[in-house]
Amino acid sequence: MKTGRILRSVLIALLLALVLRPDWFVPIFAPFAPDGGPVIYQRASMLSLSLSHLGIVTLASAAATIVAVALAILVTRPAGAAFRPLSRTITNMGQTFPPVAVLALAVPALGFGAGPTLVALFLYGLLPIFENAVTALTSLPRATTQAARGIGLSRLQRLLRVELPLALPVTLTGIRLSIVIGLGTATIGSTVAARTLGEVIIAGLLTNNTAYVLQGGLIVGLFAVLIYDALVQLELYLTGRMGG
Amino acid sequence: MIEIDSITKTYGTMNAVDAVSMRVETGSITAIVGTSGSGKTTLLRMINRLEEPTSGEVRINGTSTSSVKPHLLRRRIGYAIQGHGLFPHHTVARNIGAVPELLKWSRDKINERVDELLALFSMDPAEFRDRFPAELSGGQQQRVGVARALASRPDLLLMDEPFGALDPIIRTRAQKDLAHIQRKLGSTIMLVTHDMEEAISLGDHVAVMDGGKLVQYAPPAEIIARPATDFVANMVGDVERPLRLLSLISVSEIIEAGEADGEGLPETASLRDALSACLWSGRDALPATREGAVVGRVTLKAIRARAGAHL
Repeated sequence: MKTGRILRSVLIALLLALVLRPDWFVPIFAPFAPDGGPVIYQRASMLSLSLSHLGIVTLASAAATIVAVALAILVTRPAGAAFRPLSRTITNMGQTFPPVAVLALAVPALGFGAGPTLVALFLYGLLPIFENAVTALTSLPRATTQAARGIGLSRLQRLLRVELPLALPVTLTGIRLSIVIGLGTATIGSTVAARTLGEVIIAGLLTNNTAYVLQGGLIVGLFAVLIYDALVQLELYLTGRMGG
Repeated sequence: MIEIDSITKTYGTMNAVDAVSMRVETGSITAIVGTSGSGKTTLLRMINRLEEPTSGEVRINGTSTSSVKPHLLRRRIGYAIQGHGLFPHHTVARNIGAVPELLKWSRDKINERVDELLALFSMDPAEFRDRFPAELSGGQQQRVGVARALASRPDLLLMDEPFGALDPIIRTRAQKDLAHIQRKLGSTIMLVTHDMEEAISLGDHVAVMDGGKLVQYAPPAEIIARPATDFVANMVGDVERPLRLLSLISVSEIIEAGEADGEGLPETASLRDALSACLWSGRDALPATREGAVVGRVTLKAIRARAGAHL
């Protein structure tokens, strides 16, 4: 536990330094840069790229969460049960489409910029959230749901006060998976001019500058690891409160 | 008074509950007993409309249950089930206060009621109020489950195998607690169990269900002495009938004047306890005590005569 906390603080410090003071890393990245070439990406600040990257992922994940959870609630009601196979097929299709293909298909419709990336991340994020929310809502402890009905909670009260809170930890696992996938996948968005940290990586690949690739890759990786960890902590806290 | 009027529940072509009628007096405990698949739980669940009857109706104090919306009806009827069904994400206080909260009681009134109930179930309010169900023992969870069912002072308390998940020692204690609280509050309770022993010891009336039909509905002593069908006799257990009968009679009924040696037995104990004490200590008579003082004796002969009184 203690080593975990130390490791976490070190990683946070490293990430902050990479984002806010990239110049500190010149000596480390210099061996990877081509002779005489730039070591640190200068065309945009790491902070603004990071914020834009996180913004796109947050927006797409929030939309995916709202749609997936709403769909999960719908198909776990008696009236919506018939739609469960259909909605499963749709969310599965979102997952089978490679994000690159979605980008390519979305550009003609939405133009260059953040739009196609948002669509790709949204489609890609639906499935884990939907599957987990459906599993959580259909495997609630029977005695608790029976009692909720038996003591006189209305349908809506049962959903809001009992079912959703109890389904939250497992749903959150789905959201976590979807966010982490999104953080990595968003880098591809830079190929269609979305402002993400992928810009640094792609610039590195185009100019044969490994230093850029490392710089961009490290930041994205650290964000993913730390956000993953924070969400795991949140889930543990929630399950702990419910007695696991 | 609860009146169940030829209530039937049909699943497909099978009658899970077949034209059952019974009347339950206010302030009494009725134990519905039967094997699994006898329809006892379905019968209970039709009273608060967790299952809708196919035909027939239930009246509580003269009003038909079908005249109220199901979830509003259920707020007036306490419900406790096997495995307690507490909300794991709510504190003990919030669990117990769930129904009063639905009925929009004031905050102060709810808190007062929660503390009162915790004290009634011998759980210190200050210690338990803010705990989560997972932090309680099985027996405590079960008590909180019953406290939740009693919180709004319901007209009727339905209990579906409430002690089914408890180990035998805690179970006996929970049954005693329930009997004690029922006498204190005067609640009307209908309880489903598969355990005839539990039905006999708790019920003022016992309803025996078999294959969806109510085969006998009578006070426990009559169920034991005059079982209506072979099935009932079988449920009572032929060999154990005399002991079960004795367990319903207290020592005070057959106290006689006279002396006896050895350790005494309180007059509130059952004749079954008295018989057991006689056999175990090899005595023919025991002193009977009231609040510690000897008031007479109970003899093996008198116990035997009482056991044979139904002949």
